[in-house]
Amino acid sequence: MSLYELTAHALHEKLKAREITAVELAESVYARIDAVEPDVKGYLTLTKDIALEQAHTADVGFQSGDDMPPLAGIPIAIKDVICTKGVRTTCASKILETFVPPYDATVMTKLHEQGIVMLGKTNMDEFAMGSSTENSAYQITHNPWNLDTIPGGSSGGSAAVVSADTAICSLGSDTGGSIRQPAALCGVVGMKPTYGRVSRYGLVAFASSLDQIGPFTKDVTDCALLLNAICGSDAMDATSVDMPVPDFTQGLINDVEGMKIGIPKEYFTSALDTEVADRVHTAVAVLEQLGATVEEISLPHTEYAIATYYIIAPAEASANLARYDGVRYGHRNENPEDLITMYKKTRSEAFGEEVKRRIMIGTFALSAGYQDAYYKKAQKARTLIKSDFDAAFEKVDVIATPTSPTPAFKIGERTEDPLQMYLSDVMTTPASHSGLPGISIPCGFVQNELPVGLQLLGAPFAEDKVLRVAYTFEQNTEHHLQKPKIEKNGVVS
Amino acid sequence: MATITTEGIRHVANLARLEFNDEETEHFTEQLARILDYIGKLNELETDDVPPTSHIHPHQVVIMGSQDGAPHVAKPDVVKPSYPREEVLANAPEPEEGYFGVPRVVDRSH
Repeated sequence: MSLYELTAHALHEKLKAREITAVELAESVYARIDAVEPDVKGYLTLTKDIALEQAHTADVGFQSGDDMPPLAGIPIAIKDVICTKGVRTTCASKILETFVPPYDATVMTKLHEQGIVMLGKTNMDEFAMGSSTENSAYQITHNPWNLDTIPGGSSGGSAAVVSADTAICSLGSDTGGSIRQPAALCGVVGMKPTYGRVSRYGLVAFASSLDQIGPFTKDVTDCALLLNAICGSDAMDATSVDMPVPDFTQGLINDVEGMKIGIPKEYFTSALDTEVADRVHTAVAVLEQLGATVEEISLPHTEYAIATYYIIAPAEASANLARYDGVRYGHRNENPEDLITMYKKTRSEAFGEEVKRRIMIGTFALSAGYQDAYYKKAQKARTLIKSDFDAAFEKVDVIATPTSPTPAFKIGERTEDPLQMYLSDVMTTPASHSGLPGISIPCGFVQNELPVGLQLLGAPFAEDKVLRVAYTFEQNTEHHLQKPKIEKNGVVS
Repeated sequence: MATITTEGIRHVANLARLEFNDEETEHFTEQLARILDYIGKLNELETDDVPPTSHIHPHQVVIMGSQDGAPHVAKPDVVKPSYPREEVLANAPEPEEGYFGVPRVVDRSH
């Protein structure tokens, strides 16, 4: 196996034993990038010079015989919505085309403390608004399993680069499913921690009551290692929760004996692809054989989650995106006649259509006369959705569902119909409203090898239980070991 | 819940500091009407006695500067250096003499 194919924990052992150097590892990943990135297009910016310098620093540490952190020297890709000091951060938007943050997001500071190697910044839906990464102002990212299909979104680049082995792991952000859904469609592990676990400082805001940063990895062990690195309260983010951060690797227990897993009947509707449903039922049966107790549960307000989401998220976005006015950073209209014209032309020129659509929905939902009927109504619906989960977690430890109702769809298939695209998020938004930790892990394939994801949800701060079920499933199956053959014009890379 | 007209779209666009040509206005009117129609599904829910949720962990946010265990809502007022002016202005589209330059907003003739 080539170095770029390995997991972070396997690579750490090799670095520690000094079988390999971090520079060799970084060179291996960049060679892989040279080979397949022209077909996958997962990166917006590559930072090879920085990466090689960081790799060299890691090597000095390993050579000195110091006890190095688990992510030292590990090549990691970062979604381009996370501020990286001195490295352009665009949110895949024309309005931030030239924006170079003067500071690092807290997660970056934490990763740099571990001594990671930063590969580059990954493609995404503009301002994280979308489910296919087709809303990027710069490029279309292709799903490594089938280059004619989308990688999911909004963190499509971060999912695709892990799947294509052009990164060992990556960071994404999840507002309504933007880590879990692309992880499922690209056949990798993706986790949204409990809301408040990870500081949002330096995460360019989309919907502040929902946004959360999380990892994409090749297995559950790496997921726990990345969580260990990025979680923790932060004085720079008043919504980060002041709770001790456990060692998440303690959740890596290959045993589900006695654990109760709930299967919400509302997720298995006619909208769910029958083959996807079959793979998820098979996965649940595996967990049952391994000793888990499985029971059907009800989350009666599930069908209202999308309507609720498409009020709350755009409402918060319309306020958060008011800052892009052409005054302090980013694009500005040339020679406007006055200030108001400058605002309007700057924003209308440089925001993409989906971003404008969400700003319009959100502004409408918050406008005089409509706020109670839309925004407040949605906040109340959110309470009902959350109460469903509260009741369910009285009875079960973990809830298992499909992550996405369908496998990856064709590029262009849903771009004409925004509502159809919004419905892609039907399995992931309920947990977002409720702030729950959720993981997507590979659980099989459909239609000529398109991956299917199993979503596992836990009560707030019960990441350990989610990881335990995910780890047990992974250790007893081989779906996560499958690699895509990236095939273009008959040539396999 | 109401439906939305082209007039309504123009009003909302102005509030959002966006501008659309006639074709775009029609396009957004049609799309937003469909989306709002779908969102109207929430009217099926009886919510008179349901409190709104604006934040998932309202009582668990970081309380900075709490020394006696009592909840404080403000962090200590400590003076700290901010980012150097030149670093902040490096991203500005039209910096002017150490400030953010913008089109004139005050009419000199008055």
